Amino acid sequence: MSDPATHDRIAKLVADHPVLLFMKGTPLFPQCGFSSRAIAMLDRLGIEYDTVDVLQDMEVRQGIKEFSDWPTIPQLYVKGEFIGGSDIMMEMWEAGELHQLMDGVPTRAE
Amino acid sequence: MGMREDDLKAMIASALPGAVVTITDLAGDNEHYSAHVVSESFRGLTRVAQHKAVYAALGGRMGGELHALQLTTAVPS
Repeated sequence: MSDPATHDRIAKLVADHPVLLFMKGTPLFPQCGFSSRAIAMLDRLGIEYDTVDVLQDMEVRQGIKEFSDWPTIPQLYVKGEFIGGSDIMMEMWEAGELHQLMDGVPTRAE
Repeated sequence: MGMREDDLKAMIASALPGAVVTITDLAGDNEHYSAHVVSESFRGLTRVAQHKAVYAALGGRMGGELHALQLTTAVPS
């Protein structure tokens, strides 16, 4: 089990960032195909987002799985809510739901 | 370490009776699979809840020995 401090830290991260992806690696250098796929979709949406590299933080890497009761990474949170992993993002993308979800999220400055 | 395709399919099918489970071994290495699961039991559930039901069927292997499972879920049309 992760400790309460890690849970609180994750909760604050999620609350403080309208679009937050917990991933392996960074947007420029994703370290896993699923994280890479998630980043590709967020980039295509053209919205502002933040990421947390779980490979740099073992407590968050384990804690995030318990936080959402979800066994894999990446994990997307939008407006404080857990949305899913890259498969769900892809399903939502194809249904047009991911675009709708980003309503009100600032677009990224070029 | 991987899982056999048949075992994967059997685990999902036994936890979700009546589900239609289609497994594809993406790389031929028992490590990288895609699974498409169609089940009446998904009706009314969110996507997250549908995926969690499949993960539960896999009894904790997801994220462990099953790193690379691409999952899609649907209700019968």
